[in-house]
Amino acid sequence: MVMEIVCPAGTPAALRAAVKAGAHTIYCGFADETNARNFPGLNFDRVEMRDSVAFAHQHGSKVLVAINTFPRAGDEAIWHRAVADAESCGADAVILADAGLLDYAARHHPNLRRHLSVQAAAANADMVNFYAETFGVKRVVLPRVLSVPEIAAINAETEVETEVFVFGGLCVMAEGRCSLSSYATGRSPNMNGVCSPASHVEYHDHNGVLDAQLGGYTIHRAQKGDAAPYPTLCKGCFSAGEKTDHLFEDPVSLNAEQLIPQLQKAGVTALKIEGRQRSRSYVTQVVRNFREAVDALEDGRPMPQGMLARLSEGQAMTTGAYKKTWR
Amino acid sequence: MSQTSVSVPRCPPLLAVPLRAVPLAPLSASLTAFSRRIATSHPGLYRRLGDYANTPFVIDPTDLPLVILLHPGNGKPTITLTRRPVEGAARIAGPLAALLGLVHGGFDGDALFFSRDLVIEGDTSASLALRNAIDDAELDLSEELLNLTGPLAAPVHRALLLLERRTGLYLTRPEEAAW
Amino acid sequence: MQLTVAPIPFFWSKDTWSAFYEEIAETSVDRVVLGELVCSKRLPFFQDQIPGAIERLIAAGKDVALTSLALITLKRERKLTADLVEMGLEVEVNDLSVLPYLPKGTNFSVGPLVNVYNEGTLRWLASLGATRICLPPELPLASVEILAKEAAALGVTIEVWGHGRLPLAISGRCYHARLHGRTKDNCQFACEDDPDGLDVATLDGQPFLTMNGVQTLSDSYATTVHQIDQLRDAGVTALRLSPQSKGFAELCHQYRALVEGQCSGEAVLDAITEQTPEVRFSDGFLTGDRGVAMSTPAIAART
Repeated sequence: MVMEIVCPAGTPAALRAAVKAGAHTIYCGFADETNARNFPGLNFDRVEMRDSVAFAHQHGSKVLVAINTFPRAGDEAIWHRAVADAESCGADAVILADAGLLDYAARHHPNLRRHLSVQAAAANADMVNFYAETFGVKRVVLPRVLSVPEIAAINAETEVETEVFVFGGLCVMAEGRCSLSSYATGRSPNMNGVCSPASHVEYHDHNGVLDAQLGGYTIHRAQKGDAAPYPTLCKGCFSAGEKTDHLFEDPVSLNAEQLIPQLQKAGVTALKIEGRQRSRSYVTQVVRNFREAVDALEDGRPMPQGMLARLSEGQAMTTGAYKKTWR
Repeated sequence: MSQTSVSVPRCPPLLAVPLRAVPLAPLSASLTAFSRRIATSHPGLYRRLGDYANTPFVIDPTDLPLVILLHPGNGKPTITLTRRPVEGAARIAGPLAALLGLVHGGFDGDALFFSRDLVIEGDTSASLALRNAIDDAELDLSEELLNLTGPLAAPVHRALLLLERRTGLYLTRPEEAAW
Repeated sequence: MQLTVAPIPFFWSKDTWSAFYEEIAETSVDRVVLGELVCSKRLPFFQDQIPGAIERLIAAGKDVALTSLALITLKRERKLTADLVEMGLEVEVNDLSVLPYLPKGTNFSVGPLVNVYNEGTLRWLASLGATRICLPPELPLASVEILAKEAAALGVTIEVWGHGRLPLAISGRCYHARLHGRTKDNCQFACEDDPDGLDVATLDGQPFLTMNGVQTLSDSYATTVHQIDQLRDAGVTALRLSPQSKGFAELCHQYRALVEGQCSGEAVLDAITEQTPEVRFSDGFLTGDRGVAMSTPAIAART
């Protein structure tokens, strides 16, 4: 079976671009706080969702709707409605993180396929199986803290499909368990669907030296001519002890393209591309590249060498936790 | 880890230099009319702008001797060209090629930003909303222009394609991105 | 209002560890959660001290629970989790991976590192046997109020993060090891020299975060001194105090006086500042501001 490419779409135009570029599956979200890319100008209203799902289905692609923030106490109805609307829009599955919401979806929408979001950080086989048994989850998106052998070990112990990230922004913390962003800005991935939000970013150019601040904290300084990453907290530059450096993670993005054969051997079903906040140009390029890679693998051809560096943050790439030395 | 870079073409002086002398008021009026036409044909653009549908943007093509002040005006946009520095809630600066490439979906905004071909100042959130709204609108400025030119459409189209080839600027929506 | 002592988040030597619980036994706190929360590699260093500490604390009349790890990935860590459940003491779940190990019908408590953001999740945990939940520190008072009400109806005790550096993130990567140019597997216990974690400052030299191995904490010490009345009115019945290397018994004493209505919040902060002048406070998560923010009593009264 050819590995499934799961591609992001922040807008209907990006979704159409992904379908045309050969994405097997596209994931997207409603234009509100119910999904973890609640950025200005992004996402789908109900009509756009219905039309986009129809477009994808006409072309043989699937659509997954991410409802992967943690419902706010007192306002769960907003999230419940999102699940119901995803089903009525014809979504092939919903991607959920919150246990309470999974419980709700399993009870009230039993026929709507449920995937476990990376935001739930199910990092071992016990957890994967527990979510499957408890909430009927059919696929788990594994957190980006695992090495390839650990992924293989999980797949050896479960029947549940696994999906892993292969390209794009990289969380260095266990996903869904990080409140760095709300500590500095008051807005968090779990509660608001944003991390290091643009509304709290300021750039200051001092004669070509570009300071990036988040919530008033200067966390990156790019010298003239150097690449300028977005000031995401965990990839900022800090001082501790005698050292000033990217203490948590360098401003790199994940590219596990060359690890695809190993991931297939490890039993992974689907390869996920990060970047619902990115343009249709990005989507087209990345999907085409990865589609080519999985098709080559399927046909027994050598893996094509990628040319995706320019699309990545700080223009530098890492294979992240997939190689154990990352830790 | 790997590093690469791709260069964004600079606007040829042949195009840029005359702009130093051209009177800007009539040009501003034409662009305003043009932008209103686009606003009417792409209402979704304003819905996506959301909270920023009335936010003044300064668009600064760094290889041209002017800046563009865009007032989205809740669906009734105004474009003012000026050679003097102006204030806006957000400023987006970069070579004309980068800006046109963004509009036409030929370039990825984040990638241009990471490589510092694009510089963003002021309200980052507003810039992001504008970028995302434009990306979804799938604009083709040449096509919009041709709709205006009526009987001249065919020769204008040929001229635009020639200009596109010569300059490397994205004047139309490409079938696919360049890289 | 009860006082709970959180597990020690840092890597302390076994003698310091034992002395700490010796001291805690003498304080007026009601409940102690102990064990290793952050890094499974630390556990062997003080594992043998745990039964003694439990005995001492129970003898002193404290309610005692054992914490799970915050992030369970390795086979060895899963085995540790199974062993933890076998010990028969109440387990505080800080990673949902513990749940499949708990025999059906076992009561348990839920720690602040589990995402309990809404009534649905709270009800689900209660249906599995949760009797006590310490809410995530990120939650604003508005959420705490709704959840405490829901919990009361279910007979679940609600606790909030009362004082201490905020646990902001957990990772598969060890930052202490990375700082020293080592991998996690060969960390050589780089975190053992920082009994309150290692200060992390911004490029402008502003104190910001605290590094603690695979965990990232806030620089500031969160405090609920200005919100005690609102929390009590909301139905919160326990405050969690997180261990620090200096003046912790005194801190417990101050909070006891506060919850008994014997002193003001301002007086508590003054007393803490006297002991540890380098400490900065925050209560922004609770007031719905950014986490690092600190209210004044006047503002706090209005929220």
